[in-house]
Amino acid sequence: MAQRIGIEVSRAVSIAVKLADADVISAYPITPQTHIVEDLSELVANGELEASFIPVESEHSALSACLGSAAVGARTFTATASQGLELMHEVLYVASAMRFPIVMAVANRAVAAPISIWGDHSDVMSTRDTGWIQIFAANGQEAFDTVLCAFRIGEDSRVLLPVMVNLDGFHLTHVIEPIAIAEVDVVKRFIPPCKYPLPLDPDRPVSMGAVGPPYIYPEAKKAQQVNLAASKEVILQCWQEFGDLFGRYYSPLECYRCEGAKALLLAMGSFSETAMSAIDTMRDEGNDVGLIKLRLWRPFPFDEIRHAVRDAEVLVVLDRALSAGGPGGPVFSEIRSALYDLDKKPKVVGFVGGLGGRDISAEGFTEMIKRGMEIARKGSEQEFEMFKVRE
Amino acid sequence: MTKAGNELSWKDLEVGSIITEPGNASQYQTGDWRTQKPTYEHSRCIKCGLCSIFCPEGCIEPNQEGFYEANLFYCKGCGICARECWTKAIIMVEEA
Repeated sequence: MAQRIGIEVSRAVSIAVKLADADVISAYPITPQTHIVEDLSELVANGELEASFIPVESEHSALSACLGSAAVGARTFTATASQGLELMHEVLYVASAMRFPIVMAVANRAVAAPISIWGDHSDVMSTRDTGWIQIFAANGQEAFDTVLCAFRIGEDSRVLLPVMVNLDGFHLTHVIEPIAIAEVDVVKRFIPPCKYPLPLDPDRPVSMGAVGPPYIYPEAKKAQQVNLAASKEVILQCWQEFGDLFGRYYSPLECYRCEGAKALLLAMGSFSETAMSAIDTMRDEGNDVGLIKLRLWRPFPFDEIRHAVRDAEVLVVLDRALSAGGPGGPVFSEIRSALYDLDKKPKVVGFVGGLGGRDISAEGFTEMIKRGMEIARKGSEQEFEMFKVRE
Repeated sequence: MTKAGNELSWKDLEVGSIITEPGNASQYQTGDWRTQKPTYEHSRCIKCGLCSIFCPEGCIEPNQEGFYEANLFYCKGCGICARECWTKAIIMVEEA
């Protein structure tokens, strides 16, 4: 049986990378990701993980080094957050378009200015369109499990895409949770050796990253779109097999007490754990409310979302990122768009909250749901509301 | 390559648009970028080959008589050869 131990989530992530037997790690330290790469650097230095740890001078270089290692077929890991993810930005597109199965943990953190080391989803949301598979962990166990799944999913010959594992800065990275650490032989069974189909090899020369003139660029992009959308089937399969092996089953989204719910709240990441308490309290008080925890962000789970909300009257969506001057947060915007063509759909109400590490308590979520129901009833002058911002 | 580049469908592309045929850049006619082309005054040419050393495209070679000439399939018409030629044996002229 797997051992369940109290451990900092960052450390659990680095142990998952060790169990996955990564070959190359290249990263630049940035709060709140630091503990992950510190631990990995130590695991490599003391011989517990036989891998190359490439220290670099920036995140741009970190991900660029990862491109090179993935190109020879090495199992590759990196981690970053916030400004670091922004500095990687142009390389993110290259990693996905060149189909390199790099796994990256993102310790989600706000983006300056003002300077904030605290958590929200501004960093990852700005990378929404970079072509990576993006999965959100709600707790430490999920973060650990998702890293293992990320290698398996990304390296699958039907996928070959980079995977971002999102875990909230501090709320997850710096807390100690009881986590079942998988056994190495079971992980080995779960994640087969990395076999990139066309690696850089002097005996079989290939050209990578060539120019794509106008006569071929759109075809390359279409191939990428079809590939990323199709990866969902592999992700579902992976989660099924993971569940069969480890006893924990995952899905693109999780419904919590949604049966017969008239109002639903949708949240991502660790805040959905707090929201569960709010749902419990409201249910106890006789309200028909439920929670949707959205785990898979890219590829976007259209069918699952439509199915999950079909009987609700109100859907309250919390974004922890702001699309300034736009329709609210990206999650709200995409979900409303996904439901637009349906005949029967809930009224979707958007909140932007929890920015820059501002907590939302269970009582806060209760308030948000009630305010959302009120807006659904009476309407609002605003496209969305910024939750609990002082006037 | 069995199909020309502009006939490939998205399904024909290798993973990550990797090119598996080594050296196929030689099929790319960079010469059609040209607005001027080099012409030669052989009476002045001393066959020193300096033009071929300076050519950024690497497309200048001696012909059978030993005179250096650009391969117009690749020559982009930059004019560096004409600029560097000691004896002014290369004259750039507008493409017709």
